[in-house]
Amino acid sequence: MSTTSSTQTLSPSATLEKPRTGTWDGGNEPFKASYGKLMMWFFLLSDAFTFAAFLTAYGLIRHRHLAYVGNAKEFVFSTAYWPIPEKVFNAFPGFHGVDLPLAFVALMTMILIFSSVTMVLAVEAGQRMDKADVQKWLLWTILFGATFVSCQALEWSHFIEGTEAGTKMADGSIFHGANLAMNQYGPPLFGDLFFFITGFHGTHVFSGLCLLTWSFIATTNGTFEKRGHYEMVEKIGLYWHFVDLVWVFVFTFFYLV
Amino acid sequence: MAHHAANSPVQVGEIPKPNTGWIWKTFFILVAITAVEFLLAFTMPAGTFRNSIFIVMTILKAFFIVAEFMHLKHETKALIWTILVPMALLVWLLVALVSEGSSIGESVFNAFK
Repeated sequence: MSTTSSTQTLSPSATLEKPRTGTWDGGNEPFKASYGKLMMWFFLLSDAFTFAAFLTAYGLIRHRHLAYVGNAKEFVFSTAYWPIPEKVFNAFPGFHGVDLPLAFVALMTMILIFSSVTMVLAVEAGQRMDKADVQKWLLWTILFGATFVSCQALEWSHFIEGTEAGTKMADGSIFHGANLAMNQYGPPLFGDLFFFITGFHGTHVFSGLCLLTWSFIATTNGTFEKRGHYEMVEKIGLYWHFVDLVWVFVFTFFYLV
Repeated sequence: MAHHAANSPVQVGEIPKPNTGWIWKTFFILVAITAVEFLLAFTMPAGTFRNSIFIVMTILKAFFIVAEFMHLKHETKALIWTILVPMALLVWLLVALVSEGSSIGESVFNAFK
């Protein structure tokens, strides 16, 4: 066994198997995309199914509950109906007690869109084999991504801590903030969906940050330059844009609608 | 693009100038759509009409991210349809289950009225 393989690899007269070129013989590339990129697309499609399942569950559960009817100015939290999002998400770190509806989430959205732009710039630099530019834009992307995750941590801690006034629950006690069993903003499932949807998205951002950090190190070590192409940065870029894409939908369905 | 030879020599000489105009154009479109969404969130009364506008704008933003940033516009037709058709089926699922939610709520709250 070992002798056969060594003669095959070492003998200069050995003939290699000819590449197959027939249409049904592996010779065609119908998608004209590399294996890695294609698999990244299929992974993202499957990931989109997961997020779509989350958002569909959100839609079903929200419509299963009563909606608040009446003047938005007189809105108070109650477990009897679904809350108005801009009444829940109206805090901004550093502005305690000031009513700033959706301001913080607006900032987070901008940060994530901006990180998407720096990611495309890194991919573009990679296509030009410009190592210094790839490093620069990857670092910016890591910075914006990390800022986004930190903002989400602040958002979560405020959501968990709640307002000073709290909400009177059915048993007459005052409850502040949220956990998985109950929350002061509305039905228990409102808090659960918030934790699961934004949490799952945040986990994706964190995974993206790990990949970006790794690709920054590999770029610095010259791994991609030796390989002759920066396709790995393109694949991680696809993932990163997908995370931004999911946020666009989470933002609309959780915060705006 | 598909012709990355694994052992092609490292590029020598000048690095080409960056071509980033289209990236910034897409960025400004995304920012503009988001800004309009915020404007509408505070100036328009909530309701089905406003929500429909939000959903249309969201799909528009998704189009720009997927087509330009993820480069799907420049892939082959087969790949584009492979991605888009399953997503279109998910929209059906969403619509079906949202209306299902409404009817569950209806029977929970109005069954004994």
